[in-house]
Amino acid sequence: MRLRLESRPEPSQAMLVASPVIATSLTLAAGFVLFLALGQRPGAALHTFFVAPVSTWNGVAELLLKAAPLVLIAQGLTIGFRANVWNIGAEGQLTLGAIAASALAIRFDGTTSGWLLPAMVAAGILGGMAWAAIPAYLRTRFHANEILVTLMLTYVAALALSYLVHGPMRDPQGLNFPQSILFGESAVFANLLAGTRLNVSVVFALLMTIAAWVFVTRTFAGYQMLVGGLAPLAARYAGFSESGAVWTALLIGGAAAGLAGVGEVAGPLGQLLPTVSPGYGFAAIIVAFVGRLHPLGIAAAGLLMSLLYLGGEAAQIALQVPYAVTSLFQGLLLFCLLGSDLFVFYRVRRVHHRSSIGGRP
Amino acid sequence: MQAPIVPRLALRGITKVYPSVVANDSIDLDVAPGEIHAILGENGAGKSTLVKIIYGVVRADAGEIRWDGRPVIINTPGAARQVGIGMVFQHFSLFETLTVAENISLAVPGALRELSTRIAELSQRYGLPVDPRRPVHTLSVGERQRVEIVRCLLQAPKLLILDEPTSVLPPLAVDRLFGTLRQLAAEGCSILYISHKLEEIQSLCHAATVLRAGRVTGTVDPRRESAQSLARMMIGKDLPAAVHPEPSVEREERLVVSGLTLPADDPFGTRLTDVTLSVHSGEIVGIAGVSGNGQKELMTVLSGERLVEPPEAVRLCGAPAGRLGPRLRRARGLAFVPEERLGRGAVPPVTLAENALLTAAHLDMVQSGFVRVAQTRAFAARCIREFDVKASGPDAAARSLSGGNLQRYLVGREILQQPKVLLVSQPTWGLDVGAAAFIRQRLVDMRNTGTAILVVSEELEELFEICDRIAVMFGGRLTPAVPVSKTSVAEIGEWMTGLFPAGRADAGAGGQR
Amino acid sequence: MSDLLSALLAGTVTAATPLVFAALGELITEKSGVLNLGVEGMMLMGAIAAFAGATTSGSLVLGVVCGALAGAGTAALFGVLALTLLANQVATGLALTIFGTGLSAFVGQGYVSLTLIGMQPIAVPGLSRIPLLGPVLFTQNALVYLSLMAFGVTHWFLYRTKGGLVLRAVGESPESAHAVGYKVIRIRYLATLFGGALAGVAGAYLAVAYTPMWVEHMTAGRGWIAVALVVFATWRPERVLAGAYLFGGMTILQLHAQALGLAVPSQLLSALPYLATIAVLVLISRDAQTIRVNAPASLGKPFHPGD
Repeated sequence: MRLRLESRPEPSQAMLVASPVIATSLTLAAGFVLFLALGQRPGAALHTFFVAPVSTWNGVAELLLKAAPLVLIAQGLTIGFRANVWNIGAEGQLTLGAIAASALAIRFDGTTSGWLLPAMVAAGILGGMAWAAIPAYLRTRFHANEILVTLMLTYVAALALSYLVHGPMRDPQGLNFPQSILFGESAVFANLLAGTRLNVSVVFALLMTIAAWVFVTRTFAGYQMLVGGLAPLAARYAGFSESGAVWTALLIGGAAAGLAGVGEVAGPLGQLLPTVSPGYGFAAIIVAFVGRLHPLGIAAAGLLMSLLYLGGEAAQIALQVPYAVTSLFQGLLLFCLLGSDLFVFYRVRRVHHRSSIGGRP
Repeated sequence: MQAPIVPRLALRGITKVYPSVVANDSIDLDVAPGEIHAILGENGAGKSTLVKIIYGVVRADAGEIRWDGRPVIINTPGAARQVGIGMVFQHFSLFETLTVAENISLAVPGALRELSTRIAELSQRYGLPVDPRRPVHTLSVGERQRVEIVRCLLQAPKLLILDEPTSVLPPLAVDRLFGTLRQLAAEGCSILYISHKLEEIQSLCHAATVLRAGRVTGTVDPRRESAQSLARMMIGKDLPAAVHPEPSVEREERLVVSGLTLPADDPFGTRLTDVTLSVHSGEIVGIAGVSGNGQKELMTVLSGERLVEPPEAVRLCGAPAGRLGPRLRRARGLAFVPEERLGRGAVPPVTLAENALLTAAHLDMVQSGFVRVAQTRAFAARCIREFDVKASGPDAAARSLSGGNLQRYLVGREILQQPKVLLVSQPTWGLDVGAAAFIRQRLVDMRNTGTAILVVSEELEELFEICDRIAVMFGGRLTPAVPVSKTSVAEIGEWMTGLFPAGRADAGAGGQR
Repeated sequence: MSDLLSALLAGTVTAATPLVFAALGELITEKSGVLNLGVEGMMLMGAIAAFAGATTSGSLVLGVVCGALAGAGTAALFGVLALTLLANQVATGLALTIFGTGLSAFVGQGYVSLTLIGMQPIAVPGLSRIPLLGPVLFTQNALVYLSLMAFGVTHWFLYRTKGGLVLRAVGESPESAHAVGYKVIRIRYLATLFGGALAGVAGAYLAVAYTPMWVEHMTAGRGWIAVALVVFATWRPERVLAGAYLFGGMTILQLHAQALGLAVPSQLLSALPYLATIAVLVLISRDAQTIRVNAPASLGKPFHPGD
């Protein structure tokens, strides 16, 4: 008796929904084993990791606060992934957005004008878009692979940030620490809920989710990009512009990441630091996949991923487990999803070894 | 009394069932040593499946295979080769970037140098000239087929299976192939010849097993049968009467190509040289020729997938169109049915309604950037109805349709746009007789209402049936289009090998390929 | 001055070595049609495994072996997902990088402050006395010599053996290779594991020879540069070698900037390798034809017999 993979005539609708759930369960199970191996009591550890962080209102606010950039970026990236445009450099675009917004905050420090924040938001979006325009240009003009270009630019962005906080943007009164001045009141987002750090970035994420949903399900442009990703020859046949798709995908992704960057420096950070993101740009890629490249799924996946971040922090404090356990879980979640996705398109069949051919009685 | 000859290959009760269809139903077959045996049937009758079972690519659900009288189990191609069976598939499994000898060495044991000598020997002996040192991507389709055959012959098979071998050959090459096969048969090798071409089978084969819908409908000597009787066994009724288009009054020039020369944009592609063509309203112009001679390249220029300079090189409905992309050309009245259906003509995982958006979007399906879903579904439903597409509805995924039904939908989608110019590439390739006849009739109907139609096809019979004028594409050059009534299959067949009429002879690539 | 040149060139060789290993490994993997973007993750796993193995056992050789095994093991994970479970290769490779980065950081917690006496150069008797070439090429540590051997073996394998022919055939058309009777999936697994092992050795080299220590993310993007190198080299081993040395030179330039009197911010110099990668990528990709002709035609596409 052998097992054989057989292609399904239609992708299984049931599995499309079940797959992320299965992946999450598998990850939890792996977590169980992991904590056991670390000498922790697995039940308590899982509780600390997954339940405790959201058991207070402040915890929920933190969940939303961390989910916002993840969802924001993932929505932007998804539009590209569906079109086979692989923007892996959202982290760098986020950094550029943060830098651009910070430049304004520093330049106009002390002003009480209500225009500063919107200007910072605009600057952040433009900064992210500009950084993403580079791979767009290089791909459409020179066929350079955008995976590698966006990634390389991420390293360059990090180095640029390092240069800026060590030099031109460093706080002169900061005792030589690599950080900018603390932004003034008018350069920081207000808290939406007293006692929490929740700010308008959550609204941005929500708006982006809605916009992405409309774009992907209802617009002709969204259709064109989908075709470009599913069947590039058909897109050519239909006359859909490939370079148009590439530019749209990268610019939207860059804008979203840049906006998330503003959300960080004008939000929880309140200044420009050598690191402005705990890897949101990369985690957003996982969010996009776990969310099945669908705007609504991404919202859910963003919350899950945010929980992984919070859990990592909590586990580090309460259980003395290294913070790296967060990326472990993230990678594991993506692995499990990719694995269980198989069953959307294929099913397992038992094949009985046919010994009757050949005419044995 | 003479003892009965033990068949080289005997099949008893071979059955194969797939989820959606019974491909083979209790098939019996006998092939004697040295016999050329045809498996005849239209597309979809189960010939390919049967042959894959014999060659070990597919496992049958029931039945028995006997070789020289003894039962055998063939569950891999390797096992088939060990038994003594060789197979030349319709779609070659060759590696383009490797040389002929390297390709063969992947399948046949032996050192490269020794193999090269044997290849040269064999190819001489059987009239299949190939140069072992040439990389495969430089070979024509006919030459590649020879490589496949030589590869089989190097393993001294006792049964050679050929799956639709002549679908890629010009008429002269077919004769040469037949010569080789007769020589092999005379030496004792049995040959299993899969085809749906009645005339060839009647001229070549000693015996024929006819399949229809997975069952054997007759085992005959094709030389003693008429085309009608074979056809009746093949499709269950008489051949549909050929459509005789009435000559219609030519009016305006709708599509004009003048002296187009274009380098290939693909290392394995064909360069177009000095192509001139004009298609008028109310006529069907056909382009004959074996695939790979520039037809694909020409079609991408006409459809707008590839832009050309100067813009006047291609004129559409009187205006220069060289720089217009596909959407602008469609707005001017162009429609195109490409030869690749899934993947180019349609997006496989997406519904029929959504696939309508691919080319018919300009029919009111998009408003202010938003898709009008109701319109797309209405269009798709209309197409399904008027073109007899067997599908569950506008929401059926394109890839869930059979080849024939998908082609009906694609042709319908283009026709419903009421184009002024319709381009069609390989309209009935791989379709069953019913669907093929339907599509040909619709093309003629379009012509009768004034559409200018350009058809590219490998099937000469089809072109002679529906076209008013016919031209041949060879080596990137196009012959002038001549009225069908003033030429013959034989003459066009000659042109297909590069023997153009004087004045258009191509010195570079001329001669037998 | 010649001392400086000598130091620069010798440094180029040492800096290029991890790229040579990782890129050659990825070359073989990609030749079979498999796109494994998880090189960075595999290198990090190799680095931590090698460091842990070396510090625990006291044997550098054992450390390197551990590195190779860790790299191959990580690659096996990729293989299961991408080759058996037919997952999207790009996404799987990314997942592998994220996972490998996380797992190596996790496991490496306890090793951050440990010290290790790294691999010492071995002078080739006689040859190491040649002026300039001697110190540059013949007074390097064992892994550098191994990297040059790896290049030789890879080249010979690909172009002079039946195995290499089969590999190239599988990469060009797995359907045809399957039709001819080759076990495509198995061959791809072997290529992937080999690539992983070499990536592991590359990481091991970093942790055990180049800068004997362990730090999170110590590969700093070299895995990605290796992937870019394979494209830049249009999938030919000799060009991979050349490209690796080019990038090695770029890295060394940054380290010796002061001695060379370059008054540029250190971050700009650090950014050079990444900027250079983009530049060469653009140069090579400009001509779409070159890529078409040289890239394994089935690169990145999942293969399932019977589909």
